[in-house]
Amino acid sequence: MAKYTITVNKKAYKIEAEPDVPLVWIIRDYIGLKGTKFGCGIAACGACTVHLNGTPVRSCQLPISGVPAKAEFTTIEGIAGDGLHVIQQAWIDLQVPQCGYCQSGQIMSATALLKKNPKPTDQDINSAMAGNLCRCGTFDRIRKAIHKAADMANNNIEVGIKH
Amino acid sequence: MSLPLIKTSRRDFIKTSGLATLGLVMGLDAKSNPKNISELETMAMDIEISPFILIKPDNSITIVNPRPCMGQGTIQAVPAMIMEELEVDFDQVKIIQSDGKSKYGAQTSGGSTSISRLWLPLRKAGAATKEMLIQAAANKWNINATGCYAAKGKVFRNDTTASFTYGELAAEASRLPVPSEPVLKQKHEFKIIGKSRRRFDLPDRVTGKALYGLDIQVPGMVYACILHSPMIFGKLVSFDETETLKIPGVIKVLKCERTMIYCTTDSVAVIASNWWAAKKGRDALKATWDNAGLEKALDNDEFYGRCYAASKKDGIRFEESNDFNAKFDEAKHKLDVNYETPFLSHVPIEPENATAHVKPDGTAELWAPMQGPGETLEEVSKYLGIPTEKIKIHVALMGGSFGRKAYMDFIKEACFLSNKLKVPVKVIWTREDHIRQGPYRPGMVSHLQGFVEDGKIVGYHHHVIGESILGQVFRGLEDDQPEPWIGSESSVRNNKYQFKKTHKVSWTNIKTVIPVMWWRSVNASNLGWGQECFIDELAHLAGKDPLQARMEILEDQRFITVLKTLSEKANYNEKLAEGKGRGVAIISAFGSIVACCITVSKSGAGVSIDKVVAVIDCGMYVNADTVRAQTEGNIVMGITAAIKPGIVFKGGVCQQDNFNNYPIMRINEMPEVEVFLIENHEAPGGVGEAGLPPVAPALGNAIFAATGIRMRKLPINILNLTA
Repeated sequence: MAKYTITVNKKAYKIEAEPDVPLVWIIRDYIGLKGTKFGCGIAACGACTVHLNGTPVRSCQLPISGVPAKAEFTTIEGIAGDGLHVIQQAWIDLQVPQCGYCQSGQIMSATALLKKNPKPTDQDINSAMAGNLCRCGTFDRIRKAIHKAADMANNNIEVGIKH
Repeated sequence: MSLPLIKTSRRDFIKTSGLATLGLVMGLDAKSNPKNISELETMAMDIEISPFILIKPDNSITIVNPRPCMGQGTIQAVPAMIMEELEVDFDQVKIIQSDGKSKYGAQTSGGSTSISRLWLPLRKAGAATKEMLIQAAANKWNINATGCYAAKGKVFRNDTTASFTYGELAAEASRLPVPSEPVLKQKHEFKIIGKSRRRFDLPDRVTGKALYGLDIQVPGMVYACILHSPMIFGKLVSFDETETLKIPGVIKVLKCERTMIYCTTDSVAVIASNWWAAKKGRDALKATWDNAGLEKALDNDEFYGRCYAASKKDGIRFEESNDFNAKFDEAKHKLDVNYETPFLSHVPIEPENATAHVKPDGTAELWAPMQGPGETLEEVSKYLGIPTEKIKIHVALMGGSFGRKAYMDFIKEACFLSNKLKVPVKVIWTREDHIRQGPYRPGMVSHLQGFVEDGKIVGYHHHVIGESILGQVFRGLEDDQPEPWIGSESSVRNNKYQFKKTHKVSWTNIKTVIPVMWWRSVNASNLGWGQECFIDELAHLAGKDPLQARMEILEDQRFITVLKTLSEKANYNEKLAEGKGRGVAIISAFGSIVACCITVSKSGAGVSIDKVVAVIDCGMYVNADTVRAQTEGNIVMGITAAIKPGIVFKGGVCQQDNFNNYPIMRINEMPEVEVFLIENHEAPGGVGEAGLPPVAPALGNAIFAATGIRMRKLPINILNLTA
């Protein structure tokens, strides 16, 4: 066992764990933030996507001992404070989720995309979101919701964004 | 669940409703219900009330949803049927999930039956309650019930503005007789049913607050990761846990078992303080298995070899008009071909998981994603030898299921381990466990024969060849018996085609130990591929447009309306550019009729899928947007089933194990989709599965239209087509 300090959603957590425990289990079972999901364990489904200093990463592939210094993680619970991120609002407006299990990961990829690219094309969306699987098949709505969120953000439509 | 505060003074509060329905109770302690309602759908006798509707004096109203939600929206659509008739809206009620207890009747979300089977019983429960509340108000006002009406959780007088809340009326109403034939609303009176309502559960699903089975955490819980036989049914000879026990966090290694419906297999479980340690410990186990016979038996080539051999012989007849073989021999313009579908895995993104606590005091508690809490309670009770009343089931949200979480093997594993250890145990399968262990959608071969005369399809024979879920899983099929489920789904009574000269449906059971089970749309996805592609082939043989040729052999007005609507919505008669092609397919399944039109473009050595238009006639429905969403999802799962690799067993081992070698569709492959609903007054059909079966054949037919290549074997490599 070794001791680590990691910052998730702007809060520092002291963790005692084996060095090879993947971050997804640290976030879920050591810290207790269950919004980040486990799906495949090989970075092939995207359900465990979180932000590492703003960039989407697959938390199933990052052992706790490999977390870089000054790493700041953001999970689905941390993207919008008490309100809703514009992406979450668009997800509700277009009724994107079915089971919703993959949607934390989808939303983490989508928020990172919008930050980098406020007006993404279908092609941009395909590239940014291709790593996030959805077995319920919500892709058409995801694509439309990202466009809608971009429009809302670009027109400063208030959705209680705290980000 | 919350219990109502009001206690009735009459313990014999037996309400009759000769409706093959449940009744209702208000203000009655649910636990006082002494009767067993094992099958909600088949109840024909007088019954005591089932507490789907709980009203407290403070006017808080709780509606119990008896159909677990796996993404298909039952958590809202099922209570909506009660609420529509009860005259309450979502902002006035709390919705809770039933817990498997028999008083809620059948509780399995499966077979796309949640709306269709509960459509009348739950609406009658709501309507009867409303009538009792109105009568209670009328009694208080000392007027006739016709002088009152219900709206928004209150009863009003017609002649004044006076009103009572339901809470104020519940006690009085509960003493009234339950109307046996409550008046149900007409379709034009619906306020919730038939509209596009936003799902109240989605905010939690986009903020990470929704708790799925995997998210359950119980104090004192330990984690388990289980080593199953690499050949599924191998017998455990020995295992060595030396390396496993060196891993920090590992607590214990013990022999375990996987209880499938028809057999129990050996396994070894590693218990640890965290799941990663359990998984590492599992991977470090050295186990020896006796796999005698399995190398040969678990093998796709061996299975399909026998299927194709059977296609050369007659099967067992399910139905026949005239003498098909004789007519086929005489026919001049005929086709005789085979179609094939692969075995498939469900791959919901949430893997199998369950948390069980078998306590030293002889009670048990269970938290798991499950499609059937009622069946789970019964099964777990039998498995543990603990009476149902001493087991508490918490139904967790399912992170997808598609049939898989109606199979209770993973739940019983958690029960087995907790029973040994008497602490809460959480079992989590890896993705590799899920894909390698099955059970799977069965692979099948359709041998199809048909002929045309004077430009019309007049002879058709569908010989279905493969393993039967009824036979393998439920041991319910005799060797000389045609598969009744498959037979009726392939029957002309189901597909409504009128073959003027002759038709036949037949069956050959090719038994296999490759474990099979239901997978979204069950047999319909297998049967639809051959049927609808072959009708297309016969249409071309007849020199007809495939959609027109279908119209010519259909008389059923609902089918014709669906096809006409599809033709219009997909601009079917508009000429396509060179290199593009359209294909259609229409299938009736789960009481609904769905037709698809897919447009593809030639692209290199293959095609790309441009657009999918679907038309669904599911009769009356609860939530229009959910119908669209489910159909969109079926299109995606249908395309995946058509173009992505299937499950292949070779030498006893499943060759796929994760999304890298068992890929599913991604967003960059997503075509444009449009879904249209037919409006009518027909009884509700299923929505969760019916949209899937026509997708693959519509694609196959589109590929033929664009390229002239007839695909008869799934999956199709759309990047490089070879027939």
